[in-house]
Amino acid sequence: MNMSTNPALAAMLGEIASGAIRVIDLTNILSSDFPVIVLPSEFGQCEPFRMETVSRYDGNGPAWYWNNISMNEHTGTHFDAPAHWITGRDIPNGTVDAIPAEDFIHPAVVIDIADEAAADDDFIVTRGFLEEWEKQNGPIPARHWVLLRSDWSKRVGTLSYLNLKDDGAHSPGPDADAMRFLVHDRDCIGLGVETVGTDAGQASLFDEPLPAHSILHGNGRFGLQCLTNLDQLPVFGSVIVATPLKIKGGSGSPLRVIALAPDKD
Amino acid sequence: MTERSPREKRDPLARKKARHVSPATRSRAMHAMSARAAQGRFVLQVCTDCDKATYPPRDACPYCWGELVWQDRPNGAEILCETVIRTSTDLYFRDHLPWRMGKVALDAGPVALVHLHQDLGVNDRAAVRLMLDRGGNAALFALPPTGEIDMTDPQLREFTVPVVGKTVLVSDASSAIGLAVVKALHDAGAGLIVAGMLPPERLTDQKHPILNLDGVQPVPLDIVDQVSLSEALSKVGGPLDIVINTARHVRGGGVSEQANIVEQRRAFDVSAIGFTRLAQACAPMLAGRSHGAFVDLISSDALAGATDNAAFAAAEAARLSLLQSFRHEMRAAGVRVLSVFTGPVEDEHHQPVPPPKVAPARLAAAIVDALHQGREQSCVGDVASDAMARWLSDPMLYAREKNL
Repeated sequence: MNMSTNPALAAMLGEIASGAIRVIDLTNILSSDFPVIVLPSEFGQCEPFRMETVSRYDGNGPAWYWNNISMNEHTGTHFDAPAHWITGRDIPNGTVDAIPAEDFIHPAVVIDIADEAAADDDFIVTRGFLEEWEKQNGPIPARHWVLLRSDWSKRVGTLSYLNLKDDGAHSPGPDADAMRFLVHDRDCIGLGVETVGTDAGQASLFDEPLPAHSILHGNGRFGLQCLTNLDQLPVFGSVIVATPLKIKGGSGSPLRVIALAPDKD
Repeated sequence: MTERSPREKRDPLARKKARHVSPATRSRAMHAMSARAAQGRFVLQVCTDCDKATYPPRDACPYCWGELVWQDRPNGAEILCETVIRTSTDLYFRDHLPWRMGKVALDAGPVALVHLHQDLGVNDRAAVRLMLDRGGNAALFALPPTGEIDMTDPQLREFTVPVVGKTVLVSDASSAIGLAVVKALHDAGAGLIVAGMLPPERLTDQKHPILNLDGVQPVPLDIVDQVSLSEALSKVGGPLDIVINTARHVRGGGVSEQANIVEQRRAFDVSAIGFTRLAQACAPMLAGRSHGAFVDLISSDALAGATDNAAFAAAEAARLSLLQSFRHEMRAAGVRVLSVFTGPVEDEHHQPVPPPKVAPARLAAAIVDALHQGREQSCVGDVASDAMARWLSDPMLYAREKNL
């Protein structure tokens, strides 16, 4: 036997077993009533999750239970690849099948905007807000997922999650300067949010429309949407494991996102 | 309707009431009469040689052996005699005894055996209607010729679908059509209207005045989604009497030109697969009811296609075919399956279409009327009526002209 053991991996497994490292599920349940993003009616729409039982220990399969499922690549808790946006169309390895596997594990920094989002459905994260946040919490480290904790996931199951009004959706998100700051000055891996899109509900009306999608993907960065349990993560020190399905030429994928985080002491 | 009648209550320990349907076996000539009765017409066979009208339906003229053709005839009559049936070996009629019948002299010629409305007696003038019985076969029913007809007549109720006090599911109540249907059902005295709301919903949708009427209960519902359908049906309090399928996905586009496959697929999902899901889920609930009915709102484009709305028309045609099977299945359970054909509707989905268009309120009134008349097939508005007439007279020519 020539089996090499890595002490770091062994230690990590030990700490997961002991609870010193917590494993936190950041994924919402994929169900047919989980809302999907709504675009203006002139555009094609995102299909919600659908499940059709093929058999359930019955005449169509007496000993087995299984379902046919269908959905959009951007349904439920999901990953956005660079090719999702026109700005990222020429990024090498920009589709989910081509992204290197080591990009699926990265550390995260959690920025709490819950109070601001509770006070204003259309709260915009600006560069000024992020710089002020850094003064309070320390600099955003390079090569991190930036996760916006808005507590929006607590609205799942109510109409206020999509928060559709006659003038469109209302939910928080970043503006273009904030995105350029995170991508160019802080070299983020991507942006993770609890809302249905990385951009704010009204972001299509910004002077630079849909800046999160446009700037993240144009620079080869990723998006994670419809996350939950961000309130259980420390500001620094957690690790995100986000592995999209290997869809040939896919623009994104529903996925199970987990975080590894130190025990709360 | 001023006061809402209470919904039916039942003894939970009593064994479920078995529902029977009227005897079904008929001659081929009688089926031809039923097919015309389904359209609400009053027809008799008339001889092409001696020009005499005859009833009941036959294969040849009883006077001269000449060829018989179906013709619309005046439906006036005079009642000659009456009788009351007090005993029967037939399971259906045993449940409905005593039953009054009479003989009438039709203005069109023949003397016929008819079911009698309670307000009619010997020597009265009557309007004879060709109606479908609970088994889906044509029968003659004599009604008062003028004035308001008492719809509570127990025999007439067997030939119609009462709405008062009933529980009704509207599969898509969020559209202009759906809202109008909910309003019309409410005005007609329905006991509980379960209004399916197609996701995603706006925050303000639930505040719509029609959805806040007494006895209206909005529930999220997309008939394409089995889970959503099961959950919506689980929220129907008590037995379900009537289902009204208003779900449709109207989008433009042809086959080789301007075809959007995603939209086309959705049209088929809603019109065909969604209908099957809805029918499958509701059929057992309707079958247990004394006056169960399923009303399907369908585009007259289902008859012969539509160049500008090819996928929508095809999806509606698919449902027209499914409806034939479903109607046959439901006849055995005494559940009426009614089709209401319409042309373009005055709503957001038909903005590029010039008038004439059918107002949603008119469509809703036609649906309630179809229930009250027990009419299997109705056409609302000029476009649908014209389409049906042309399709019936020459289907190949109509398909050609329609798609020029």
